[in-house]
Amino acid sequence: MLLVLRGRFVPASFGETGHYRADAVDVVAAQPLRYAGWQVCVECHDSEGAMKSRSFHRTVSCEVCHGPAAAHAEDVESQTPLIPRERGAECLSCHEYLSPRPTGFPQIIERLHNPLQACIGCHDPHDPTPPEVPESCSACHAQIARTKAVSHHLTLECETCHDARAEHRENPRSFLPRKPTAREFCGGCHSENADSPADIPRVDLRDHGERYLCWQCHYPHHPES
Amino acid sequence: MAGQHDERQFPRREFLVKTLQLPCSAAVVTVLGPLALGSDAAEASQGDSKTAERYFGMGIQVDKCIGCGKCVEACKAENDVPREPFYFRTWVERYVIHNDGEVSVDSPEGGIRGFPREEREGDVLRSFFVPKLCNQCDNPPCVQVCPVGATFKTDDGVVLVDSDYCIGCRYCIQACPYGARYLDPRTNTADKCTFCYHRITQGLLPACVEVCPTGARIFGELNALASPLRRLMRKSSLQVLKPALNTEPKVFYSELDGEVR
Repeated sequence: MLLVLRGRFVPASFGETGHYRADAVDVVAAQPLRYAGWQVCVECHDSEGAMKSRSFHRTVSCEVCHGPAAAHAEDVESQTPLIPRERGAECLSCHEYLSPRPTGFPQIIERLHNPLQACIGCHDPHDPTPPEVPESCSACHAQIARTKAVSHHLTLECETCHDARAEHRENPRSFLPRKPTAREFCGGCHSENADSPADIPRVDLRDHGERYLCWQCHYPHHPES
Repeated sequence: MAGQHDERQFPRREFLVKTLQLPCSAAVVTVLGPLALGSDAAEASQGDSKTAERYFGMGIQVDKCIGCGKCVEACKAENDVPREPFYFRTWVERYVIHNDGEVSVDSPEGGIRGFPREEREGDVLRSFFVPKLCNQCDNPPCVQVCPVGATFKTDDGVVLVDSDYCIGCRYCIQACPYGARYLDPRTNTADKCTFCYHRITQGLLPACVEVCPTGARIFGELNALASPLRRLMRKSSLQVLKPALNTEPKVFYSELDGEVR
């Protein structure tokens, strides 16, 4: 009877390799894959792979941002992996400032770092070298620079009228430059008793333009127009 | 420690050996056969496996972990772990040591959605993230307590659960000193990290290692001559969690702070 019970209750492969059912190892090993591995991704996406392999993101596997892609590798047409484009958790889960993060790991404070701008607007995720801090204002404000260059104001530096802090070049929207707010600012050069070169056109601030501000009639970047 | 451990196991083994030696015990042997053979074979395979060609382990560089939680997410996706925040095969803990020496540890939802800013940010002496998972002990307490042989250590050193054979008694969950096991609410069987056994047997990396953006996790064979894991083991001083328990974990931590439990 014991023999019958043993045959009935002890699984066939029990004890083959140890005090367990040997077939269970194959059951666990047969689990389907969800993450394909970056080697599979770069078989087709070779240009992205090559770009990433030389960038700061070389240790970041494709599926870190694009999600599990084994299904996409099996069926390219109908299964689309994630393509994160918005400013959000995909970038910030690694790059938002947290004090336990290792020193030197690039981190930002999301609230202050160009709010509302998509990360990929300035940083290519496959080659996230930080964009170079512009040397001159014209790098971003090219149209204004071109207009000013053909006006009588061409010799004036932008900082003559705009109080732009150095931080504005790194985080433009967090540190906005200031503009003049009063007629007297223009009067510093253009009023009758101003201490400025004699060939500068002058007006009497008391009766010229009455209650209007200077830039409501004169465009400061091209005052002739 | 090893002696203590032997003393605990030996009487049963001795008993079985003596039973085998008795000529009149043939019937008993027939019944107990699988159990007795099982113990011997397990012992033999454990002895062999330390020199076996494939013997898996993991290295974790604590100073590289950024606490992004991608490993937790990848683990849940790859292994179909329940999404509720009680079931984790791997999770990330944040240790914050304050200026007055007070240590706070948190792991909101296992770190799957990252971590919020600390409340006492100006009062931090040091802080770091520690990824945790099943330590795949070489001397696993969970296997010792399983009454039916549903959890076991394979020849390549990975501790697995036979979900068809598990009776859901939760002994192993109690026995694990690292809290690495959970009871799957759908099957009522114990479950745990398998080092992504289905991946590593195909030559792929475990999902958590695959997605770790900073390379904080290094997976490999412990007795391969040249591998990233061997290199880590040569280059850094390694610690294991709770070494005093003599579980001989195969997950090794480098730059581990003394405060980590």
